[in-house]
Amino acid sequence: MAELESLFQGFAVAISPFNLLLMFIGVLLGVIIGVLPGLGGANGVAILLPLTFTMAQTPGGTTSAIILLSCIYWGALFGGAITSILFNIPGEPWSVATTFDGYPLAQKGRAGEALTAAFTSSFIGAFVAVMLITFLAPAMANFALQFGPPEYFSVYLLTFCAFVGMSKGQAVKTIVSMMIGFALAAVGLDTVTGQLRLTFGFTDLLKGFDFLIAVIGLFGIGEILLTLEEGLHFKGTRAKLNPRVVLDTWKELPRYWLTSLRASAVGCFMGIVPGGATPASFMSYGVAKRFSKDGDKFGTGMVEGVVAPETAAHAAGTSALLPMITLGVPGSPTAAVLLGGLLIWGLQPGPLLFVEQKDFVWGLIASMYLGNIAGLIVVLTCVPLFAAILRIPFSIIAPVILVICAIGAFTVHTSVSDVYLMLVFGVAGYVMRKLNYPLAPLVLALVLGDRAENSFRQSMIMSQGDMAILFSNALVGGLTTLALFLLFWPVLASLIKRIKGG
Amino acid sequence: MSEDHSSDRSAASVRAVELTVAVLFFALGAIVAWDSYRIGTSWGDEGPQAGYFPFYIGLIICFSTTLIFVRALWAKAKSHESFVSRGQLKMVMKMLVPSIVYVVLVGIIGIYVSSTLFIGFFMLWLGKYGWLRTVPLAVGVSVAFFLLFEVWFNVPLPKGPLEALLGLD
Repeated sequence: MAELESLFQGFAVAISPFNLLLMFIGVLLGVIIGVLPGLGGANGVAILLPLTFTMAQTPGGTTSAIILLSCIYWGALFGGAITSILFNIPGEPWSVATTFDGYPLAQKGRAGEALTAAFTSSFIGAFVAVMLITFLAPAMANFALQFGPPEYFSVYLLTFCAFVGMSKGQAVKTIVSMMIGFALAAVGLDTVTGQLRLTFGFTDLLKGFDFLIAVIGLFGIGEILLTLEEGLHFKGTRAKLNPRVVLDTWKELPRYWLTSLRASAVGCFMGIVPGGATPASFMSYGVAKRFSKDGDKFGTGMVEGVVAPETAAHAAGTSALLPMITLGVPGSPTAAVLLGGLLIWGLQPGPLLFVEQKDFVWGLIASMYLGNIAGLIVVLTCVPLFAAILRIPFSIIAPVILVICAIGAFTVHTSVSDVYLMLVFGVAGYVMRKLNYPLAPLVLALVLGDRAENSFRQSMIMSQGDMAILFSNALVGGLTTLALFLLFWPVLASLIKRIKGG
Repeated sequence: MSEDHSSDRSAASVRAVELTVAVLFFALGAIVAWDSYRIGTSWGDEGPQAGYFPFYIGLIICFSTTLIFVRALWAKAKSHESFVSRGQLKMVMKMLVPSIVYVVLVGIIGIYVSSTLFIGFFMLWLGKYGWLRTVPLAVGVSVAFFLLFEVWFNVPLPKGPLEALLGLD
């Protein structure tokens, strides 16, 4: 039980008045970000990241900084449910499935019940995922300490192939999106040979593309443009959460323990394998619908239909941090932004964190427990405040969000050209979203591009250019085979369908 | 209601946009592959050359976008589906054009003044608010950002002539 001991040390780090204050601030900011259109987990954290630069330089400051940022993320995960239920507008992509039953419940005047169910199941999903992280992370990190370049490359390969294998719609578009991310990552100085790549003589391109700018533009500006298209009316149900409703709902919730369990399992799996919270929530909703006695009533306002996607989304969102801290491979765009933060603060994400930065890692894990408790308290007590924010007219909120995005983009490198670039990414994000090009693979490829390429080149140097090194031992071979299987899964799946159908 | 009717008309079909984007991405892929080819895509003295990895990335982009292009060309069902209606495009442009102006202004007169103008413009023009409510709010937001970034967090943002005049640089 060395994990528990480390965890308690982590709690000792996390429970300082300052860190607890940061948790509540983080969660509050996160919920607001989650509620506002155009701001979400990934770009919200990206925008606030520069504010932690000075904080991280003080002793113990990196722990405080990651606590603040991760709590913003928990808050955003919670916040998505509020808009889905009250306004039928998913504040976050992963809360789309929550609208299916959440909004009908609200229309029936049972908004309080739906919200309580959503928040509580989010909490449970996250809790299961954090427990998984607590016990699995040290083992995984220990295992990963022996990884060499071929192992790392096969992990990267698996990450990217998983995106292709699990993509909804056209897998080709996932590939294009990802490859554009790799291409953008290659721009600038090649660290191995010192040659300039894809700069075409522009000095602005020397430093390459920063993924934080891409995240702010693609998700932030793109999202505002998309929201505008649908008009400016927010017609919401009023909501108040009184303690009676909360308690009554809590009494009802244990009935759905099996749904929660399934949803947590789906969520954790999809979070670790980079599928992400969004597909996890849809998948969990589908699974719950199939297994529930009242499956045919789903969509008319069933509490169970809120529990399933919310649990899974939160479990996936949380467990996406597991590969991030143990391997340095983020499972979601937000995890990627957090990883970017670690790098900027001077920490090397990966298995060595568990050896060299014990306080930091366990402080982070402990803060996940505490942050989610703080989150539950904040959302249960502040719903009217968040609903009021949504009633601010769009003609005020839209330009303010754009200003916030611009400030965020500027502060990454204190460069005005990044603000222009953000707008370009925004338009690209809008068009790509409308054509169903997924954006998450682009962001992850942009983040991991250099490292994936370096591990590939190192592997090739080790083997003198022989691809067989990717099958040289059971681990590498297994990972590579699984990756290739996932890569060709869309083709296989359609073949199977055709054989069965015809 | 004739105006409403015209705003529902499609400004561009999904197919047209799909084809255009595929061509643009193909061009991007081609540029990446071409430039990588220029710096070497084979085996150098210390392993793969700098262009080795991106060259194949570029090729995959070209190949995949060709597939998307051909698919979009053949798909008949979706050909008349609207990508964006005129009304929607108008809304998007109402946001996008001022945003472009705003971003350009940030580089010239600093972020605080341009943010005030940008928010104020939006409230007056789209929100139809009066000056009495617009001015305090637009100025207030910028002042709040100034306090937050320059004073509390020590993160300098772009400033222009007004800040210089007030001695806030």
